[in-house]
Amino acid sequence: MNGITINNISKSYPLKKGKQEALKNIELTIPEGELFGLIGPDGAGKTTLFRILTTLLLPDSGTASVNGLDTTKDFMQIRKEVGYMPGRFSLYTDLTVEENLNFFANIFNTSVKENYHLIKEVYKMIEPFKKVRAGKLSGGMKQKLALSCALIHKPKTLFLDEPTTGVDAVSRKEFWELLRSLRAEGITIMVSTPYMDEASLCDRVGLIQQGSMMGVDTPQHLRNAFGKKLLSVKGPDMLQLLRQLQAMDTVEHAYPFGEYHHAVLKDAAFLPELPANIEVKEVEPDIEDCFISLMRTHAG
Amino acid sequence: MKQFYNFVIKEFIHIMRDRRTLFILIGMPVVQILIFGFALTNEVKNSGFAVIDLSHDERSAQLIDELDASRYFEIRGKFQSVESLEQSFRKGQVKIGIVIPSNFGKDMERPGGASLQFIADASDPNVANTLINYANAVVLDFENNINGEKKIPYTIQTETRMLYNPQLKGAYNFVPGVMAMVLLLVCTMMTALTVVREKELGTLEVMLVSPLKPLKIIIAKAVPYLLLSMLNIASILLLSVFVLDVPINGSLTLLVGEGILFILVALSLGLLISSSTASQQSAMFISLIGMFLPTVMLSGFMFPIENMPLPMQVVSNAVPAKWFYIIVRSVMIKGVGLKHVWKETLILSGMLIFFMAMAIKKFKVRLA
Repeated sequence: MNGITINNISKSYPLKKGKQEALKNIELTIPEGELFGLIGPDGAGKTTLFRILTTLLLPDSGTASVNGLDTTKDFMQIRKEVGYMPGRFSLYTDLTVEENLNFFANIFNTSVKENYHLIKEVYKMIEPFKKVRAGKLSGGMKQKLALSCALIHKPKTLFLDEPTTGVDAVSRKEFWELLRSLRAEGITIMVSTPYMDEASLCDRVGLIQQGSMMGVDTPQHLRNAFGKKLLSVKGPDMLQLLRQLQAMDTVEHAYPFGEYHHAVLKDAAFLPELPANIEVKEVEPDIEDCFISLMRTHAG
Repeated sequence: MKQFYNFVIKEFIHIMRDRRTLFILIGMPVVQILIFGFALTNEVKNSGFAVIDLSHDERSAQLIDELDASRYFEIRGKFQSVESLEQSFRKGQVKIGIVIPSNFGKDMERPGGASLQFIADASDPNVANTLINYANAVVLDFENNINGEKKIPYTIQTETRMLYNPQLKGAYNFVPGVMAMVLLLVCTMMTALTVVREKELGTLEVMLVSPLKPLKIIIAKAVPYLLLSMLNIASILLLSVFVLDVPINGSLTLLVGEGILFILVALSLGLLISSSTASQQSAMFISLIGMFLPTVMLSGFMFPIENMPLPMQVVSNAVPAKWFYIIVRSVMIKGVGLKHVWKETLILSGMLIFFMAMAIKKFKVRLA
């Protein structure tokens, strides 16, 4: 079977005393051609999972397969078939854009010409700078170059570890459009991000926190499963308001959410009584709300 | 193969773009040879000497002229008393003083012979010893010239021949030493750094997720330094032959062949360091402390191994540069063939196999 299968994977890193569990019994199946988003804060275990799938790390227990190949036994074959873009910019800063791309095409025994159609859309945005050294590019440009380099050998599966971290909003949007067009080419894409708002652009998302997968579903299903009334509240004294909300009997929990506070109600029937100068409206839950609510249930 | 070739080209671009490092790598051997050749030499030339001539006769004047004429000494003053000579020593103007007692010329004719006193500034004992030796040689020469005609009975004439290096040139000693040092620096340190740099930058992570065999990556990174080192051997040899007048008495092919063997040992050491360290800083530290210092101290190039306590002598056997130094000295200066250095060559080959095997064993095909 193609796509990605993860069976009960655990991984921990040794510490001076004991060990740090990075992944706990992860189960996940990503069908071929899906754009899958792995969503979680820093330190949730996203990079560890990517490194296991790209054969860079061995799991302590459990197995995983990519394109039907075992990540432990068939690691050399997997390395030929996948594209990997690590979280940190990992191209040669002293080589030009063009040299980087040619080099990556070369080590995969292909040429830029052969697979140009795949990278055309992204590469044309950086082509005017092809004689510029990669180290001098802006953050968004670097990520586009890294994507081109990861794509140049026509991988069956693409692993992108936080490709939009540290990139401006416009470039982020462009980047996601590129990913959606790549999905149309039939490439399985696994992408991680700490930005919850990017979740809705994925076919399915997995919410990961402290090494545990809290939920895997389509963004819509996750939102539907929220199942509680959610209020967005804004007032003159936000700190005071948050304390007030958290103290209310009818409120299950409340947390800051951008310029508003979000409050999840225990019982859908009641709306809390608040002074008139406080703006209250009922809102649809966001992936972030789902994440926070799942986090609470997981924490017990 | 095309992959490999392209990888090597990429490595060359890295080296070429880093102009400053490249300049150091190519310029270092040249500068070292020149510094050792002209500045840091323990040969003694034109040292100042002073005379207290209490004899004032023909013979004493002759002796003083002869000393002054030799290329080791240059007269800086004539004094009447030891006190004023001492003052001159304190000022650092003279390194050696010669006291010629009265009736020097006449005493020479007598059976007991004449006597002379040398007073040397022994604050640097090596220089003092060398100067005394030179002065003795000049005096002996002077004596022989006078006695040339007449045969004196019951005297032993010692005749010294300094084999392979009759002029006692320091260059014969340091050219092999500098060669070992430079090759070790360029190969070991630079190779270790270049691999660790890719680890630090995260590019190794991307490189590993590719069809490239990890070992190929490592070897491709070492190739440019192999070529650069051969360039260094060439520049060192050219400089020593044409600037320092050190001849290559043995076979050039053998010398270059041994050079390549040593480069390979140094490269595999570099690779071993790079697979065992995670940061450029620690790679540099290990290369410098672990490689460079033992090379300078224990290869026999700066300090004679024979004079060291036994444990140090044993340790020195583990220093590859020691063997290379012996080989280069034998081939280049003594002009011997492989027949006489096969043991050292075998030891270096053994080290190469050992370090290579260790480096391959330690190299990880994954991140951790």
